[in-house]
Amino acid sequence: MNKLAIAVALGLTVSAASSLVLAAPVKVGMITTLTGGGASLGIDIRDGFMLAVKQANNADLSVVVEDDARKPPLAVQIADKMIQREKVDILTGIVWSNLAMAVVPSAVAQGKFYLSPNAGPSALAGKRCHKNYFNVAWQNDNLHEAMGSYATNEGYTKPYILAPNYPAGKDALVGFKRMFKGEASGETYTKLGQKDYAAEIAQIRASGADSIYFFLPGGMGISFMKQLTQSGIKLPVMGPAFSFDQGILKAVGKAALGVKNSSQWSKDIDNTANQAFVKTFNSEYGRLPSLYASQGFDTANLILSAMKTADVKDADAFRAALVAANFDSVRGDFKFNANQHPIQNIYVREVIEENGILTNKIVATALENHGNVYASECSL
Amino acid sequence: MTAILLFEQLLNGLQFGMMLFLMSAGLTLVFGVMGLINLAHGVLYMVGAFACAIIAGLTGSFWLGLMASLIVAAMAGALIEVGVIRKLYQRDHLDQVLATYALILIFSGATRWLFGAFPLYLDVPEILSTPVNLFGLLDYSSYRLFIIGIGITVALGLYFLIAKTRLGMRIRAGASDREMIAALGVDIRTLYTLVFALGAALAGLAGALLGAVQSVEVGMGDSVLILAFVVIVIGGIGSIKGAFIGALLVGLVDTMGRFLLPYLFALVLPPDTAASVGGALSSVAIYILMAVILIVKPKGLIAANG
Repeated sequence: MNKLAIAVALGLTVSAASSLVLAAPVKVGMITTLTGGGASLGIDIRDGFMLAVKQANNADLSVVVEDDARKPPLAVQIADKMIQREKVDILTGIVWSNLAMAVVPSAVAQGKFYLSPNAGPSALAGKRCHKNYFNVAWQNDNLHEAMGSYATNEGYTKPYILAPNYPAGKDALVGFKRMFKGEASGETYTKLGQKDYAAEIAQIRASGADSIYFFLPGGMGISFMKQLTQSGIKLPVMGPAFSFDQGILKAVGKAALGVKNSSQWSKDIDNTANQAFVKTFNSEYGRLPSLYASQGFDTANLILSAMKTADVKDADAFRAALVAANFDSVRGDFKFNANQHPIQNIYVREVIEENGILTNKIVATALENHGNVYASECSL
Repeated sequence: MTAILLFEQLLNGLQFGMMLFLMSAGLTLVFGVMGLINLAHGVLYMVGAFACAIIAGLTGSFWLGLMASLIVAAMAGALIEVGVIRKLYQRDHLDQVLATYALILIFSGATRWLFGAFPLYLDVPEILSTPVNLFGLLDYSSYRLFIIGIGITVALGLYFLIAKTRLGMRIRAGASDREMIAALGVDIRTLYTLVFALGAALAGLAGALLGAVQSVEVGMGDSVLILAFVVIVIGGIGSIKGAFIGALLVGLVDTMGRFLLPYLFALVLPPDTAASVGGALSSVAIYILMAVILIVKPKGLIAANG
C-alpha cells in the first residue's frame, strides 16, 4: 500500500516536473502566399497547418500568419519582423523556392528553426544545408525524378519535356532526365507566367514525341492542358502533382482525365492518419485537401511531436526531437535524410472522376524510400 | 522544320496578335481620346473572364457567358469612369497611375473575396472544341480560328465606328481638341463614359475569349496589361490602326521567336543549352522589338494626332 502510494506520488512528481519543462510555449511564424498569383497554394498550406493545430488543442502552441504576396522582399521584411518583434521560435510556410532562398539562410543563422512545408531548392539541400533547416515536403527534384523513372518503366522512348525558364524549372527537367533512360525528343523552356502555348504545342506535334512531360505550376498548367486538348494531340501526358492537385483540377476540367502525375501524397493512401485528415479537412473547409494541405498538416504535426519531448529553448534537444520525426505522417512512412529532407515513397497518380469530382488515385509506386542526390554534399 | 509547321506557327502568331489587339484597342482609345493612362484595364479583362465563367457555369452556355462578359465589363467600365476616372482628367499622369493602380488592388481584393483564390472553370463551347483540318495539311484548333475571326470583325467594326459614324467623328474630334468639341456643344462627359465603357467591353471580351483557353483567376490581367502597353507604345499611343499593326507585330515576333530562336541556337550549341538560351532570349524578343522601333520612330509606328 505504502509502496503504491510512493510510486503514485513519484509518478505525479515526475509528470509534473516534465510537464513543467514541456509547457514552454512555442511561437510559430508562418510566411506564406495568400494573395495574388499562386495564393491557393499558400491557403492550402495554412489551412492544413491550422487544422493540425486545432486538433492538437495545445495552448502552448501559438501561430502568427502573414501574407508574402509571392514577393521576396516582402517575405524578408516579414521574417525580420517575426524574429525581432514577435520573437517567434520557428518559421515556416514559404511556398516558392526563390522566396525560401531569400528568407531561410538568414533565419537559421539567427538560431531560428525553419521547417519548409513546400519549397526544397537544391542549394539548401546540398552545400548550404543547415542544422536548423528541415524540409517536410520534398527536395525540388524528387517528383520529377519519380516521373522520369516511371516514363522509363512505361517504355516511353521519346518524351517531349517542357518547363518554365527559372531555377525550379531547370531543376525539374534535370531531375526528370536524371532518372529517365533515353533521349527527350524535344526540350523547351517557356517564359515564367506564359499563358499561350500554341507555339510549343505545334512543336510537340511536329517532333514525333511519344509522350509529354511538363512542369508548369498553377495557371500555366491549366492553360497548357486546355490548349493541348483543343489541339487534338492525344499523347500520354505526365507531370508532377503541382499541375494536377486538388485545387486546380476543377479549373482544368475533363482535359486532365487520365493524366499521370507524381506525388508523395494522395488522398487514397491507406493509413488511419490520412483517412482522418481527408475527412476532417473536407468537413472543416468544405473541399478536398491538396498535397500542399497535407504538407502543412504534416509540418504542424512534426512541430507538435517535438514539443512533446523537448523545450524549444533548448535548441539541441528540440532539433533532436525534430530529427526523430516521431509523428504519424499522412503520407505513411516518413523519416529524415542526413540533410534533413524526407526519405519517402513517391507515387504515380492518375486523374479520375469520382462522384462527379475530378481527383487522383494512386496507380503505381515510382520510387521507394527515395532521398535526394544532394545529401552527400551536405556536411551535417 | 517543315513548311507546314511554319504555317501553323504563323497562324498561332496571328491569333495571339488578334487577342492583343482586342486588349490594346480599348487602352489606346482611352488614352487617345481622354489622355488617360489606365492601369486598371487588366482588371476589366479579369472581370470579363469571371463574368463569362460564372454565367457559363450557371447556364451551361458559353455564348451567354460571352455576352455577359461584354455587358458586365462595360458596366464596370462605366462605373469606374463615373466614380473615379472622371475626377482625374485634369490631373497629371502620375495621379492617374496611382488611382488606377489602387483600382487594381480593390478589384483584385473584391474578386478574391467574392469568388475565392482558386481558379474557376471555363471551357471552350462544344462546337469549337475539336480541331479542324486545314487544306488537308494540318489539324488546327477551331477555337483559335474563331478568335482570329473575332479579332478581324472587331477591327473592321472599330474602323467603321471611328471613320464612318457620328460618334466616331466626335471621338476623333475629342482626341484632337477637347475644348473645341465641348465648346461646340457636344456632351463630352457622356462621350468619355461611352468611350471608356467601349474599351472596357473589348477588354472583357478578350478576357472571356482567352479565359476559355487559359486559367480564370485573380490577377490574370496583370501580365496581359504589360503586353498591351508594349503594343500601344509600338503602334503609337492613341492610334487604333497603330494598335492593330503593333498587336500583329508583337504576336508574330513573340510566337516566331519562341519557335525559331531555340532552333537557331541549336545549330551552334548543345540542345539543352540551346533550349535554355533560346527560351531566355525569346522572352525578351518583343522588348527588343519595342526598343528598336522606338529608336527609329520615337512616337511609335503610327503617331496619333498628326
